[in-house]
Amino acid sequence: MAVWEALLELADDHLVLGHRLSEWCGHAPMLEEDLALPNMALDLIGSARTLYDLAGTLEGKGRDEDALAYFRGERDYRNCLLVERPNEDFAHTVLRQLYFAAFMKPYWDRAMTSTNAVVQGVAGKAGKEMAYHIRHAGEWVIRLGDGTEESARRMADAVEALSIYVDELFDSSDAAQDAEKAGVLPVRAEMREAFDAVIADVFSQALLTQPDVAYGQRGGRTGQHGEGLGHLLAEMQSLHRAHPGATW
Amino acid sequence: MYSQGLIGADGRTTESEEFLARFQARIDAEEKIEPNDAMPEGYRRTLVRQIGQHAHSEIVGMLPEGNWITRAPSLRRKAALLAKVQDEGGHGLYLYCAAETLGVSREEMTEELLSGKAKYSSIFNYPTLSWADMGIIGWLVDGAAIMNQIPLCRCSYGPYARAMIRVCKEESFHQRQGYELCMSLAFGTPEQKAMVQDALNRWWWPSIMMFGPHDADSQNSDQSMAWKIKRFSNDELRQKFIDATVPQAEYLGLTLPDPDLKWNEAKGGYDHGPIDWSEFWRVVKGQGPMARDRIKARKKAWDEGAWVREAALAHAEKRQARKMAAE
Ligand SMILES: [Fe+2]
Ligand SMILES: [Fe+2]
Ligand SMILES: [Fe+2]
Repeated sequence: MAVWEALLELADDHLVLGHRLSEWCGHAPMLEEDLALPNMALDLIGSARTLYDLAGTLEGKGRDEDALAYFRGERDYRNCLLVERPNEDFAHTVLRQLYFAAFMKPYWDRAMTSTNAVVQGVAGKAGKEMAYHIRHAGEWVIRLGDGTEESARRMADAVEALSIYVDELFDSSDAAQDAEKAGVLPVRAEMREAFDAVIADVFSQALLTQPDVAYGQRGGRTGQHGEGLGHLLAEMQSLHRAHPGATW
Repeated sequence: MYSQGLIGADGRTTESEEFLARFQARIDAEEKIEPNDAMPEGYRRTLVRQIGQHAHSEIVGMLPEGNWITRAPSLRRKAALLAKVQDEGGHGLYLYCAAETLGVSREEMTEELLSGKAKYSSIFNYPTLSWADMGIIGWLVDGAAIMNQIPLCRCSYGPYARAMIRVCKEESFHQRQGYELCMSLAFGTPEQKAMVQDALNRWWWPSIMMFGPHDADSQNSDQSMAWKIKRFSNDELRQKFIDATVPQAEYLGLTLPDPDLKWNEAKGGYDHGPIDWSEFWRVVKGQGPMARDRIKARKKAWDEGAWVREAALAHAEKRQARKMAAE
C-alpha cells in the first residue's frame, strides 16, 4: 500500500461529496441555498483536484486528475460511504455535510504540519472552508431540528439514516496507515474528540439525540460501496468516456 | 442573462403634466432616481416588470446550464460551470433586491413566475442537448446579454444601474469563458468540432431574437427611451452583436447558419437574413420546447423547499421569543 492511495481516498471523498452537492444547483429550497450549496461543492471539488494531482504525481504513472476521476469505476473508488449517500432531502444534505466537515476540520488542522508541502497547502485553505461548512450546515441542522414538527421529524430521520456511516470516517485503511506513519496525513482516529464536541453542541441546540449505532457500516475504502455510487459515476463519467483522448 | 427587450411593458401613467415634466427634467439632467424619490406610476411599473423579468431570467437560466454540471467532461470544466451557474443565481438575488426597492417582495415576484404571470427570457426555453451548448450559451447568450445590459449600467434608476455594473463584469467573464470552451471544441477532435457546430446551428437564431422585435414592431420602446430605462433600440443592439460575433465565429472556423449573412460596406456592418418572427412570438407566448419543464422544475424546487423555509421562519420566531423572555 502506498501513500498515493491514501490521497486518492481523500480526493474521492471530496469529489463525490462535491458532486452530490452540485446536484442541488438550481433546485434548492431557497435562492440563498442555490448559492451556498454550489459554493461548498466548489470548495470540495477544488480540494479534490489538488489531491488527485498529488496522488497521480506520487503514483508516477502519468495519470492526471481527470484520468483518476473519470477512468475508474465504482469498485476502484475509495470514498467513504457517508459522502455517496443520496441527497434525499435538505435535512439529509445538511447533516451529511455537518458530519463530513466536523471530521475534516480537525483533520486539516493537523495536516498543517504534514511532511508533504502540497498537503500543507490544501490543509491551510480547506481547514478554513470546513469551519464555514460546519457553521452553515450546523445552523441548518439547528433550524430544522428546532423548527416545525415536520422539519424536526425529517431531521431525526436524517440522523437515523446517516449516523451508521459516521464510524467509518475514523478508520484508517492500510494505505492511510502508511501515509500516517510517513507523517503525510493525520491519524484518523484522533479526530474523534473534536468531532464529538461539534456534534454534541449542534445536536443539543437542535434538540436532537444521538442514536446508539449498533453497527457502523463500512466498506468504501475497499470499494464495497452502496448502489448509488455506480449511478453517480455513470452520469459523471459518461461524456468524458465517450470521447477518449479528447481534451476539454 | 437578459430578456428580449421588455415584454408587454405598460408605461401608461396618470400624473399631472407638471409632475411629469419635473420628473423628465431630472432624467434629462442624467440624475439618478432613487427608491424614495417621487416617480410616475408608469415608470415604477415598467421598472418592476423589467427588473422582475430580468431576475426571473437569471433564475430560470440556471436550469439549462445546470443540466450539464453533473456530466461536465473535466474537473476544471465542472468547477467553472458550477461557479457560472452560481453567479447567475447571484445575479437573480441582486436583481430581486433592486426590484424590492420599488415595493414588491421577492415572494410576490416568485409567485408570479411560478403562476406563469411573469415572463422571463424565452431563450431559456430551448433545451441544452450537448456539452457544446455550455460554450455557445456563454459566448452567444451571455454575449447578447452584455450588449443589452451595458447600457443598463447607465439606467436612470439608481439601484438597477448599480446592480447592472456588478452583473456586467461577471457576464463578460462568462462570455469569455464560453468562447474559450467553444475554442477547445472547435480546435479539438472532429466529433468535438461537429458538436460545437451543431450547438451553434441551434442557438444562433434564438440568440439573435434575444434583442426583441424589430424597432418598427416594438411598442413601449419610446417611453422607456425617454425615461432612460432603455438607451438603444433593439435593432441597434442586434446589429452590434452580429458585427462583434461574425469574426469570432470565423476565427473558430464555424459557420453561422444564415446564408444571407454578408458584410455591407456602405453601412459598415453585416446584413442578416430574415428572422422567423412566428417562432419568436410562439416562444415568447410560452410555446418554447422547454417552457413547461422549466416552470415545473422551479415549482418543484419551491414546493419541496416549503418545509425548509417554514422551519427557518419558525426557528427564528422561537429564538426571538426566547430572547424576549430572557430580557
Ligand atoms: Fe443577465
Ligand atoms: Fe447573469
Ligand atoms: Fe452569465
